[in-house]
Amino acid sequence: MPFDPSLGFSPWRLSGVVYGTLLNDPASLAALGAAVEKPPYKAPPQAPVLYLKPRNTLSGPGSVIHVPAATSVRVGVSLGIIIGRTACRVPANAADNFIAGYTVVNDICLPHDNFYRPSLRFNARDGFCPIANARIAAALVSDPDALATRVWIDDEPVFEGSTGGRIRSVRRLLADVTEFMTLQPGDILLLGAGAGAPVAADGQRIRVEISGIGSMENRVEREESR
Amino acid sequence: MTRTARVAYAGAIHTAFPHDDGIRLADGRVLAESAVTWLPPFEAGTVLALGLNYADHVKELARELTITAKDEPLVFLKGPGTLLGHRGYTRRPADVTFMHYECELAVVIGRTARKVKAANAMQHVAGYTVCNDYAFRDYLENWYRPNMRVKNRDGATVLGPWLVSADEVADPHALELATYVNGTRRQHGSTANMVNDIPALIEYLSDFMTLQPGDVILTGTPDGVVNVQAGDEVVCEVTGIGRLLNTIVDDSSFLSTQQFQSAIGVPA
Repeated sequence: MPFDPSLGFSPWRLSGVVYGTLLNDPASLAALGAAVEKPPYKAPPQAPVLYLKPRNTLSGPGSVIHVPAATSVRVGVSLGIIIGRTACRVPANAADNFIAGYTVVNDICLPHDNFYRPSLRFNARDGFCPIANARIAAALVSDPDALATRVWIDDEPVFEGSTGGRIRSVRRLLADVTEFMTLQPGDILLLGAGAGAPVAADGQRIRVEISGIGSMENRVEREESR
Repeated sequence: MTRTARVAYAGAIHTAFPHDDGIRLADGRVLAESAVTWLPPFEAGTVLALGLNYADHVKELARELTITAKDEPLVFLKGPGTLLGHRGYTRRPADVTFMHYECELAVVIGRTARKVKAANAMQHVAGYTVCNDYAFRDYLENWYRPNMRVKNRDGATVLGPWLVSADEVADPHALELATYVNGTRRQHGSTANMVNDIPALIEYLSDFMTLQPGDVILTGTPDGVVNVQAGDEVVCEVTGIGRLLNTIVDDSSFLSTQQFQSAIGVPA
């Protein structure tokens, strides 16, 4: 299915602008070990590490994720924070006023272990950002920082995580991002995948789920079969 | 052969054309350049920006680059909030010590491009405009560098004034780039010196992502980037494409964070 921008609550429509957040799980950063202090990084990240999922990446449930031959994809189940009001320099304690709701995003990338350069070739491929049709109004989500996240590949459970225990909580992330860039109603900000995101290969089915929000299935296929 | 702008005037958004006395709206009204609010000259889709795409600029930055070997183009993306039109104002935050302009040729896609070879790439180009792609180097971090705090700030990617159709530009790789700060030329180069030229960029990008009409490639900047201050008038010029004016403003034009939070109703 293609990307469906319609929303069941104000602002009624997604804008199609999706920002992703890298390394927002202390375990992801810890997994890099001493490398974070060494070149090319030289220091751990201070501000949120962000990237954009451009419009060619947007797709919906059931869509096929095409990968080049001999590669797999990393499956980053992520909470999608849907912006409800123009959010500029929002303080964390007022963040709730700017969040319309939440959705489930499968933030797909080709696996890469070097985060020095923005990895467009890994992150921005066609169809690499399926967004679930489940979009839940913020008022119905009592604690967005305590939702279980799960991934199944070909019906095998391969990942269990949580939206909690992050370097930046939902509210803190919104504050730190809008300090320098304004988000508009319908934009999506991704909380980011948890550490240990699984990989899926050609021919496999992926199911991602966030408890209380929703779930989505997609399939991986080799590009050549297109 | 066309040269168009998008401007806001008298309650609506208009297409505008060059005129001897300023600009002419599509409905015939002729106005001074300063009488309208200039918007980016087209509705931008995906904004792709090149880093280190001029050999002389690579040399200029070499001392601070951790990695100098270039195995593929350095491309990063920008969101819609960073775009600004001709004659706009760009904020220089008080804590910044090094903010610089970058004069660039912007290439606007006109036809969907997927896995296009360089030899056929130019037929996917709708036209060109000028970009001033500001950087705020104090915020540089080595994670997905250049990071968005440096390159995706509100109102810091200036586009315009005109979208110049491709048929008006005989050779986009033979254009002079220049930046003037308060009238003094501080940056000068030629699009002939791109490391990856326009067909190579379209081939590289369209290999993994479908480029769509309205997507724009900011092709990078030559050397000569210097710090600018609040009050400075910065003009980026690409010969035959346009002269893009921007003015730097300081934080006093914006509410302080405390004032701002009080204004939006957040208790101190």
